[in-house]
Amino acid sequence: MLPIIFVLPLLQLIILSNAATFEVKNIKFAYIDNDHSKSSRVLIEKFGASTYFNVLTAFPTQKLASSAMLKGEVDVVLEIPSHFERDLLKEKKGTLGVTINAIDGAAAGVENVYVSQIIQNYNKHIKTDLMQFSESQIQPVDIATIPLFWYNETLNYKTFMVPGILVLLVTMITLFLSGMNIVREKEIGTLEQINVTPIKKSQFIIGKLFPFWLIGMGILTVGLLIAKFVFGVPLIGSLLLMYIYTAIYILVVLGIGLFISNYTDTQQQAMFIAWFFTVIFILMSGLFTPIESMPKWAQILTEFNPIKYFVEVMRMVMLKGSGFMDILPQLIKTLLYAIIMNGLAVWSYKKTT
Amino acid sequence: MNSNKVIQVKGLTKMFGDFTAVNAITFAVEKGEIFGFLGANGAGKTTAMKMLIGISNPTSGSAHVAGFDVFTQAEDIKKNIGYMSQKFALYDDLTVKENITFFGGIYGLSKLKIKEKTKEMIDDLGLEDVANQLVGALPLGWKQKISFSVALLHEPKIVFLDEPTGGVDPITRRQFWEMIYRAAHQGTTIFVTTHYMDEAEYCDRVSIMVSGKIEALDTPKKLKEQFQVTSMNDVFLKLARG
Amino acid sequence: MKRFIGFVTKEFYHIFRDRRSLFILFGMPIVQILLFGFAITNEINNVDIAILDHSNDAITKEIINKISASKYFSIIQLIEREDDIESVFKKGNVKAVLNFEQDFSKNLIKERQATVQILTDATDPNTANTISNYVNSILKKYQQEQNKAITINYVIVSEPRMVYNPELKSVYMFVPGVMTIILMLVSAMMTSISITREKELGTMEILLVSPIKPFQVIVGKVFPYIFLSVINAIIIVLLSIFIFKMPVQGSLILLAFESILFIVSALALGILISTISATQQTAMMISLMGLMLPVILLSGFIFPISSMPIPLQFISHAIPAKWFIIILKGIMLKGVGLEFIWKETLILIGMTVLFMGISVKKYKIRLE
Repeated sequence: MLPIIFVLPLLQLIILSNAATFEVKNIKFAYIDNDHSKSSRVLIEKFGASTYFNVLTAFPTQKLASSAMLKGEVDVVLEIPSHFERDLLKEKKGTLGVTINAIDGAAAGVENVYVSQIIQNYNKHIKTDLMQFSESQIQPVDIATIPLFWYNETLNYKTFMVPGILVLLVTMITLFLSGMNIVREKEIGTLEQINVTPIKKSQFIIGKLFPFWLIGMGILTVGLLIAKFVFGVPLIGSLLLMYIYTAIYILVVLGIGLFISNYTDTQQQAMFIAWFFTVIFILMSGLFTPIESMPKWAQILTEFNPIKYFVEVMRMVMLKGSGFMDILPQLIKTLLYAIIMNGLAVWSYKKTT
Repeated sequence: MNSNKVIQVKGLTKMFGDFTAVNAITFAVEKGEIFGFLGANGAGKTTAMKMLIGISNPTSGSAHVAGFDVFTQAEDIKKNIGYMSQKFALYDDLTVKENITFFGGIYGLSKLKIKEKTKEMIDDLGLEDVANQLVGALPLGWKQKISFSVALLHEPKIVFLDEPTGGVDPITRRQFWEMIYRAAHQGTTIFVTTHYMDEAEYCDRVSIMVSGKIEALDTPKKLKEQFQVTSMNDVFLKLARG
Repeated sequence: MKRFIGFVTKEFYHIFRDRRSLFILFGMPIVQILLFGFAITNEINNVDIAILDHSNDAITKEIINKISASKYFSIIQLIEREDDIESVFKKGNVKAVLNFEQDFSKNLIKERQATVQILTDATDPNTANTISNYVNSILKKYQQEQNKAITINYVIVSEPRMVYNPELKSVYMFVPGVMTIILMLVSAMMTSISITREKELGTMEILLVSPIKPFQVIVGKVFPYIFLSVINAIIIVLLSIFIFKMPVQGSLILLAFESILFIVSALALGILISTISATQQTAMMISLMGLMLPVILLSGFIFPISSMPIPLQFISHAIPAKWFIIILKGIMLKGVGLEFIWKETLILIGMTVLFMGISVKKYKIRLE
């Protein structure tokens, strides 16, 4: 059991932190060149030179290209019409067909931007190459934009994902262990034994939950070490603040676990419920997909998601160096959550035994 | 092979790595006999029993149960034995009737036969009121009695009972042993492990295992004479303390 | 065969007696698919941004209006000083700050050039990058409008055709993923728990002593769950068709066949987990801790596999969910037939056989 509790999560932290990237790269690119001219070759070379595209193959017909896309071998197909160069020289315009596999809508949008950028570039090139500019006109205006990426200048995804995945692992381990614990004793029949001893309910519950609380803090510690020394994630903020917040946060999770445990008869029921909430908490935490993009009602629901607060706090403190006052709202909400959940848990425990 | 000997064991040994759990035990059990298999916790009796019922492979030696070899004919053995474990393994979330139907089914009894047997059991044990209740709601003593009857459902030649009476009151234990006697009387061989030395007195013959070996094997009467004591309890203490 | 039917009947009793589990089993997928289908999107919109306008004149106001009119952004704060940028980021609700330089309009009119800084909170690099691009494109569009009179339009235009998902709905991406996660975890969890449960309660021993074959025990345990999971799959598919308007371009029969195949492979994985764990607790920790995150992260459900580092792409091959998601998208969105997904299908079959094979081997070892 111990390896599952410690090795499994930390191994996942190390491996899975690398997986989470929304970057669109290595786009599988193919083209159909019906023109076979110098211009079309230059255009294709531009795609080849881009770091986003892996130029794979040329297809002789649209039909073959479609079939490759159906097989998933190709993401983007560029079709250059016949007489492309001739039209360009004569009529000074041309149209290119671009087919994009849009099942992942967001990625398709990005791919389209990349394609247009390359084509725009090509435009500039022919403008200067093939045409003469009339110099007399006034200069066009230009708004220069300077993007500045704070806290993560290189847009390193691991910096972003490591704290998030660490949060998930701490949550899952403590929730599953506490959720299963008391119901397990119920199922095996040892809970009765304990109920007849003179131990107080509160002592019993604290005694049950304390080891899990420790395990959670232990995973946080090892996880932070991995974040720092394996991934080189900057730990800018106060470690103390992180530990104080986590200490309270784990209480919330343990309270939920205990509550589930009290209201179920078998480990199977407890796990199904724990699983149900974990999946919802994870996918609605803002860890993988932005909360702001959700509909209003869903955003209100996320207010009840403890993982959301933990993810926010970890990122704020670790990466931005937010201080006590900055995370105060999250801290207060989490504290309230902890009090309510544990209150409910203790109350329901009395009722059921 | 003597057809009256339903269990024949010679030099049966089970090793777990370097540890010898069962050390070359040899014994035989007669048809219709109640054979007590005694030993302290960890003496190896459960391991020995598991080899006889075909769920654990022996390291060496030989054993025949109901005339079949435990090495090569485990599946044939299974058809001819009944088994009741210390956990009274009925399904708590099934009713008494459903449990009977289920176990009858996996032993390949016909529908008609299962019906017949169910009625017989309900009558014998006085289960009319609880036949459609979930087993989990019944008192332990009832569960054990039902469990034993279920082990006899397919009329096996031998029944293996692994500490069948743990945790029940003396009256229920008494009733339980009456059921055992009845079964033995009808020709079923009973192989029983137990901690209770008063139960050992009920057996026709008793073997006592100490650290993987059978240290004594005889009728309770002769064992008491041999060790010059008045109860099986003292026999056991003498042996176990070496 | 009679024994087998008796066994399956018993399993159904277990399942239907436990009303709560049954309720969760069917209620959970419905709630999850509805919730996620409506709520989760990896698009960026309604991002809260702040403005630091040093110039504060008609042109910057016009640009700010354009930005706030777009669906991507809502401007929630106007700040006065550079020093405030740090503090709004640290509070965490503002994701980007636009900083217009002093005399922005004057520069734009006189020098024909002016500068805006786009400061983004790049703790979330994906959002930061997208915000930066979106702002940039709004500004470029404004610039183009201003220059309309003087520049020549691009000579070459591209006509993008978004195939399989012309409206770029992210629900097309998430529904197959959620379906996969639900089927995978529910199936693996259910079997591993129901088998270890018999071990823990001691009934497994009784079954082993009976003439019923271990193989029959396992198939008997799995069979009812195939049935339940298929019902689950049908509910999910119906929800995605009628609520989320997902098309099923391909054959429904093929979809059914592939779903059953995936369910069986998940169940086989559950059996494998149960053979290596002695208690329900261990089984559940392995199936939950071990499967949940890898299935979410390495299956291509949220993150594109092709962008991952090569070793991870390699690991993702071992995740059955990855192959099923490819198959699902293929049948539902692309409308392909078996001739396009036979490879993925074979891989799933191979994995199922492998899981079964190891289980049978492990199962025998346990009898030693």
